[in-house]
Amino acid sequence: MKKLLIFLTLIIVGITANAQDFLTKSKVSGSFQMDGNYYWEDQGIGITSEEINGNQFGAYGFGKLQYQLGNFTAGMRFEAYQITPMSGFDMRVEGMGVANFFATYDDGTIGVTVGDIYDQFGNGLVFRSYEEWTLGFDNALRGIRAVFRPWNGVTLKGVYGKQRFYWASYSDNDYSADDRGYVRGIDGEWDLNQSISSLNDSKLRATLGGSFVSKFETGQSIYVGNDELIMPRNVASYAGRFNLGYGRFTLSTEYARKINDPSYFNNYIYREGQELLASLSYSQRGLGVVMQVKRVDNMSFKSSRYATQNDLDIGFIPPLNYTHTHSLPSMFSYATQPLGEMGMQFQVNYTIPKNTALGGKYGTKLAFNFSQVNDIKRDSIMVDGVQTINQPGTLGYSSDFFAIGDRMFYRDMNFEIEKKINAKWHLTLMYINLYYDMETIENHPGSKAVNANFAFGEVIYKINRKHSIRMELQHMWDNVGPNETIDIEHSDYYKKRGNWFAFLLEYTIAPKWFVSVADKYNYGNPLADNRDHYVTGSFGYIKDQTRIAISGGRQSEGLICVGGVCRAVPASSGLSLTITTSF
Amino acid sequence: MKKLIALLLFGFMFFGMSAQNKSDLPNVTLKDLNGKSVNIADLNNGGKPFVMTFWATWCAPCVKEHNALTDVYDDWVDETGVKIFSVSIDDARATAKIKPFVDGKGWPFEILLDVNKDLARAMNVSNPPHTFLFDGNGKIVWQHTGYLDGGEEDLYQEILKIAK
Repeated sequence: MKKLLIFLTLIIVGITANAQDFLTKSKVSGSFQMDGNYYWEDQGIGITSEEINGNQFGAYGFGKLQYQLGNFTAGMRFEAYQITPMSGFDMRVEGMGVANFFATYDDGTIGVTVGDIYDQFGNGLVFRSYEEWTLGFDNALRGIRAVFRPWNGVTLKGVYGKQRFYWASYSDNDYSADDRGYVRGIDGEWDLNQSISSLNDSKLRATLGGSFVSKFETGQSIYVGNDELIMPRNVASYAGRFNLGYGRFTLSTEYARKINDPSYFNNYIYREGQELLASLSYSQRGLGVVMQVKRVDNMSFKSSRYATQNDLDIGFIPPLNYTHTHSLPSMFSYATQPLGEMGMQFQVNYTIPKNTALGGKYGTKLAFNFSQVNDIKRDSIMVDGVQTINQPGTLGYSSDFFAIGDRMFYRDMNFEIEKKINAKWHLTLMYINLYYDMETIENHPGSKAVNANFAFGEVIYKINRKHSIRMELQHMWDNVGPNETIDIEHSDYYKKRGNWFAFLLEYTIAPKWFVSVADKYNYGNPLADNRDHYVTGSFGYIKDQTRIAISGGRQSEGLICVGGVCRAVPASSGLSLTITTSF
Repeated sequence: MKKLIALLLFGFMFFGMSAQNKSDLPNVTLKDLNGKSVNIADLNNGGKPFVMTFWATWCAPCVKEHNALTDVYDDWVDETGVKIFSVSIDDARATAKIKPFVDGKGWPFEILLDVNKDLARAMNVSNPPHTFLFDGNGKIVWQHTGYLDGGEEDLYQEILKIAK
């Protein structure tokens, strides 16, 4: 008993002595976001009371909590989605609960994470798990991850687990439509300059890497028509990459392959997949030039062969095109085509130096971008004496690696000038020419491709140190005019066609307040009913890391795209409130 | 069972004591523009304050903020010795483009690539731009989300408060 008391006293003394330390060294942090929408009827843009009835209110939010003590970190994220079809999310995101939790120990040499994992190998071609709140996308891998850095410049990684699929259970249930396979992967990367001391300061910089990822799904056969197709249990993929730099030049590339992976997406063909991504750049202070090429052939890689939507992706296909942020061109954002595309991009950024005739007092910034994406060329193959293309149960097609398909999916040429004229005035001008294959990108068979020109101008006038006025003007000239012959069966194809005019006026008081009013007017729409104004007003307040914004008005139909993954948002009318904060 | 709990508790405590968590910088490894790995926990500015700002090429206010910071950076460095670490959260699509983009715009900051948002998650950054000011010991003393024209002045006032 005495011993026990002494022991207890010792413990208590120990705790009290260390409690201070324990408390000061522990760190709790987190973040919170909430988006709320209230929709109302708006006959002008075709939103009827029947559509609104019961769907007025949509709200979604998350709260994230993280605890850190030295090399140990643990965290969780609670999510709640109360959505309506007006929000444009996949309805399966609806629900609430702790969607994500993890615990990590990482001392710099060895790291282990259990729980929900976000990571990527190389450029992500064969493995990338990430979360994109604005898309309602989350393919976190629930399982285990280990990282080992045996010596300077060498990183080895391994992951194992099952991907998040909305709110579906993680337990194995082979007969459930929600079930999906396991993902296993390893990756190694070697930075020669960091690991070989004589190369530490070399002008030549080299990094090599390689990965292997496989998915395991319960093997079973499926019937397509009368044909029984045997599905592979394991699908392996692998990728190799290098990054070479010499002085101002950098060359980087990654090549990936995937063995036969018949799926709903590729129409159950057994062809192997492959992907190449390469870029060459030159840069010095004031001038940057980059050229990139890409080829994707049958690379949709998902942990369920039956997946039909933007979910359960194991690999990530980086899109090679400029991301437009201005409201008119961003209505026509490119969505990556995992089944096949060949793309290239060329970009130049140049700053005309300060104190020159053209540069003026502050320098002038110029940017040029060209990108184009085409289909790959597919040739028929002989199956049982018949020429076929993309038939289930076959090898699909053959494709010449270097041949570019005739069909153009997307092309963008744009030029931007940005100039600070003096302490008061700032000017940005942009011209864009865009080709957009609506048939492929929005899956609207028979629709006419967009071939449009855009002009954008922005003026900022600084009234004083804190107050500024910003004005934006935009115009879009579409190849579909008001006299277009309409295909009445598909009148929805014309919702955003024809000429547009847009303006925005914003008043800001740095760093806390902003208020803006904007209008987008589709005055040249081929359908008179669609010649609508989309007027919105926004008001916001920022205090340190907290931001509150309220906006109201009409939202035009559009695509929200992040990293080539898009979600279609229907036209709506209403009020929205967004609150974000972190601590 | 109780012993086990006590043991775990103790383990936790010593673990906590031995942990060197002097700063608010997480143990996350990112790459710089030369492909070199950088452990964020090691970031410092020789005891002087530093700024960490999250941005992306597709984020117009972020680009504005960086342009504005570029115009004043030399003066700030002369007066306070501050340093700016600029963290791009662009995904793999832009990795090869960041260096030419940054150089072409003439930005003088130290750029780090957070291609899968590991650091953004660890620092609880939801939307760019998000700017942190650290004191010489790596403690966060101020942070701000969003950028409005002239917002850099506010950051500078905060830097002046802690610069010696």
